[in-house]
Amino acid sequence: MTRGPRIGDPAPRPDGPDKVTGRFPYSSDLRAPGMLWGAAVRSPHASARIVGIDPAPALALEGVAAVLTADDVPGRPTYGLAVADQPAFARDLVRHHGEAVAVVAAATPDLARRAARAVAVDYAPLDPLTDPAAAVTAAPLHPNGNVFRHLIVRRGDVAAAAADPDLVTVEDTYEVGRQDPAFLGLESGLAVPAADGGVDLAVSTQFLHADRDQVAASLGLAPERVRLTLAGVGGAFGGREDLTLHLHLCLLALRTGRPVGMAYDRSESFVGHVTRHPARMWYRHRATRDGTLVSVEARVLLDGGAYQSTSAAVLANACCFAAGPYRVPHALVEGWAVRTNHPPAGALRGFGIPQVCFAHESQMDALAAALGVDPVDLRRRNALAPGDALLTGQRITGTAPAVACLDAAVAHPLPAPPDDDPLRRPGGTGLATGPGDVRRGVGVAMAFKNLMYSEGLQDLSTASVRLAVDGGELVATVHCAAAEVGQGFVTLAQQIVRTELGVDRVVLRAADTSIGEAGSSSASRQSWMSGGAVAAACAGVRDEVLARVAAGRGGRGEAFALRDGEVVSRDGGLRLPLAEVVGADPVEAVRVFTHADTAPLDADGQGDAHVAFVFTAHRAVVDVDPALGSVQVVQIATGQDIGRALNPLAVTGQLEGGIAQGLGLALLEDVVTREGRVATRTFQDYLVPTALDVGDVVATLIEEPEPGAPYGAKGVGEAPTLSSIPAVVAAVRAATGRRLRRVPVRPAHVALGEDGVAPFVVPGGPAAPPGVVTGPEGPLAKPALTDPPGVAELPGGEGGA
Amino acid sequence: MPDIDVRINGIRYQDHVEPRLLLVHYLRDRLGLTGTNVGCDTSNCGACTVLVDGTGAKSCTMLAVQADGTEITTIQGLAGGEGAGAPEDWHPLQKAFNAEHGLQCGYCTPGMIMSSVDLLQRNPDPTEDEIRHGLEGNLCRCTGYQNIVKAVQAAAGELRAAGAPGAVVGGQS
Repeated sequence: MTRGPRIGDPAPRPDGPDKVTGRFPYSSDLRAPGMLWGAAVRSPHASARIVGIDPAPALALEGVAAVLTADDVPGRPTYGLAVADQPAFARDLVRHHGEAVAVVAAATPDLARRAARAVAVDYAPLDPLTDPAAAVTAAPLHPNGNVFRHLIVRRGDVAAAAADPDLVTVEDTYEVGRQDPAFLGLESGLAVPAADGGVDLAVSTQFLHADRDQVAASLGLAPERVRLTLAGVGGAFGGREDLTLHLHLCLLALRTGRPVGMAYDRSESFVGHVTRHPARMWYRHRATRDGTLVSVEARVLLDGGAYQSTSAAVLANACCFAAGPYRVPHALVEGWAVRTNHPPAGALRGFGIPQVCFAHESQMDALAAALGVDPVDLRRRNALAPGDALLTGQRITGTAPAVACLDAAVAHPLPAPPDDDPLRRPGGTGLATGPGDVRRGVGVAMAFKNLMYSEGLQDLSTASVRLAVDGGELVATVHCAAAEVGQGFVTLAQQIVRTELGVDRVVLRAADTSIGEAGSSSASRQSWMSGGAVAAACAGVRDEVLARVAAGRGGRGEAFALRDGEVVSRDGGLRLPLAEVVGADPVEAVRVFTHADTAPLDADGQGDAHVAFVFTAHRAVVDVDPALGSVQVVQIATGQDIGRALNPLAVTGQLEGGIAQGLGLALLEDVVTREGRVATRTFQDYLVPTALDVGDVVATLIEEPEPGAPYGAKGVGEAPTLSSIPAVVAAVRAATGRRLRRVPVRPAHVALGEDGVAPFVVPGGPAAPPGVVTGPEGPLAKPALTDPPGVAELPGGEGGA
Repeated sequence: MPDIDVRINGIRYQDHVEPRLLLVHYLRDRLGLTGTNVGCDTSNCGACTVLVDGTGAKSCTMLAVQADGTEITTIQGLAGGEGAGAPEDWHPLQKAFNAEHGLQCGYCTPGMIMSSVDLLQRNPDPTEDEIRHGLEGNLCRCTGYQNIVKAVQAAAGELRAAGAPGAVVGGQS
């Protein structure tokens, strides 16, 4: 056995060989003898009463085995990650376009889709609620009401800052559109009924145990009778944290007694999973004339769509990190996450921070311009450092290399000026841009984000490591329910075992629910949490091995150590091959790993709610044709806080992929809704960045080991997507002088200079807590509640997107 | 129903197919060649790319009946035959995507590799820009494309060093 990569080595993926040869089984590849295929009946309306559902025309088709509706859910009729407010099937009311009303099972995928179309649903359409600002006072769309969360973060005294006439003030309104996760592997899975009355479900997901618990509750089964196995996942990014087809598959399998598979197509996927929260934000920054931030006031309104999903936690992130990675002595942030008749919003790479990052970094540039200082200097001057306090009052006890990230990002040499190659110009192969039409711009931005779950939420991971001898060779088998979604946890798990036990052959069992939970593959947490669990299990195995050696010699385990596959005595008198110690009696250890407790936020949004923080900075270089509004990203340079790079290959891959997603939100990716209906349901009109859209990426990793983190590493799954967004927009502004207060930036916004951002409308108007955000002139940007509906809508018909 | 007579990954198939059956569904659902993925249904993502008579084609845009009389290579035939083969038998692009970390979730990888085979047949020594243009029809959501470009460059170098044109027809590299 050749020596496999350890912690810190560039490690190839263990699933790489299967993925480059087409053998890797994705969830869409699963088949079983005698299987049926499921398809959902979905609402074409954003809001409607269901007058009646007639399954007869579908059941009349030969080969259709079942049509299930809300009446067929034996257990809890609803599900949800935080609050079970989402129906398995809409019963009397549909609350968003694409909401499932029924599901069918048939002999083939085609027949299932035809049968789904044949189910006769009689809808009485209602006017959809699409304006999040109106949701607070609108009639409740749901028994739980329309406000998922209203949160205030109050620090210092913004009123005192407002009274200081010497401060420089910048104030503006920003909007963020709806980004789709757009993972390439569509939702799919296979459910097989079991002899014990339970069900086995193989599915692509991010959090097996949360899925299991929700499915079991709705099936009316004990959780142990619902067994989930992770099937091959074609990307996730947060969009697989909520249930999609899981429950429907299990209901069909149990009803028909046969295996049932399901696979969404792309247009179904666009309405069948959560998106990023569209956001409207109002900001006011005040600073001294020498560029020291004094206060930040912000209002953040998130459109959570029809059901809660993770909206409450997303809002907390948006509010806690609303000012960005800067020292801000006085702050008042008010946030709302509300229910509308849009499809539900939930987790997506960055989890509430990309939205506010776009706003706070746009504000920092505006402030630099108002002060006449360099935007990089302004950021450096105000950047957080270890020991500084967040808006929530929490002190940073770990590393905080904000300035190092910024300095590294801007230290990269700038790319060569635009050349004569017409294909490199904005618009590329369209060749509409002449050589004299190109303007270059450069923009810089910073961000930070929490790692792991916050606000006291239970956060743990479980792993087992089993050491055995197989054919004379040591084999370590790792079992952990952490979902491999492409990020490379499987690679890391092998590296950890090799490092800790000196065993090169490391086998990974399938992630499933037969072991304790690992938490979600989200929140940049699996390297820390499940990496920590695997390391702890390795330590357990090592302790058992050493105790075994010691017991055979009448000593104590501490007298021995494990080194490079050998047990050695600390006095140097003994060297024993590990394989000999293990022999025919395998050693196994199971460990649960947690992090330090976090606290809830109090009524002023204060508290030690977070575990640790990752910092990042980006510098974007773009070429723009100002007349056409077309943008070509030339280069993105980044300095990335990483703690320690456990696998440089995986880190670089996360940086480059995360940057591409940030660039996508900055310039391209926009789920457009009209009257609540999703209009962009294919990759023809929802534009995922191509190899031509992403520029060159140059990265510097900032390695300052994080105290308390396994191996000192910080998760890096989300950070690259944060400040890449405002950096790109800042570069476009620099090239064109346009305001650009909305992302994605559209060509028309650049060419015509009108970004379509309406004044911020305070949700609930006068009903909002009085004096929450005040200045010398009284309540700010207060809407006239008598404004006609749609006053805050963008031209072009986003309808509150 | 029409008959088709087609060689796929070196094996001849004579089949009855519905006229409306897409090639990708014939490959996946009839032949079990699930290495070829479906990502979009609208020919944008390229995950379903295969070689038809040596030329890259998105198999979701072709009917199975249109494949009559052709030779098709999927990712599962690229290393020769039906099996994946040992790593030393892999196509240089397969080796390079694996070695250069040109994939994460890997869902785009089969299509990305097949499009790259087509690209290197037409242009054995592409610049980075030419690679990006050549792969514009294949979406990747995980990698940001940087390592994909590196992988294609590495494979192009290996193919040139071996003096091979990189042509793949009927599963023989």
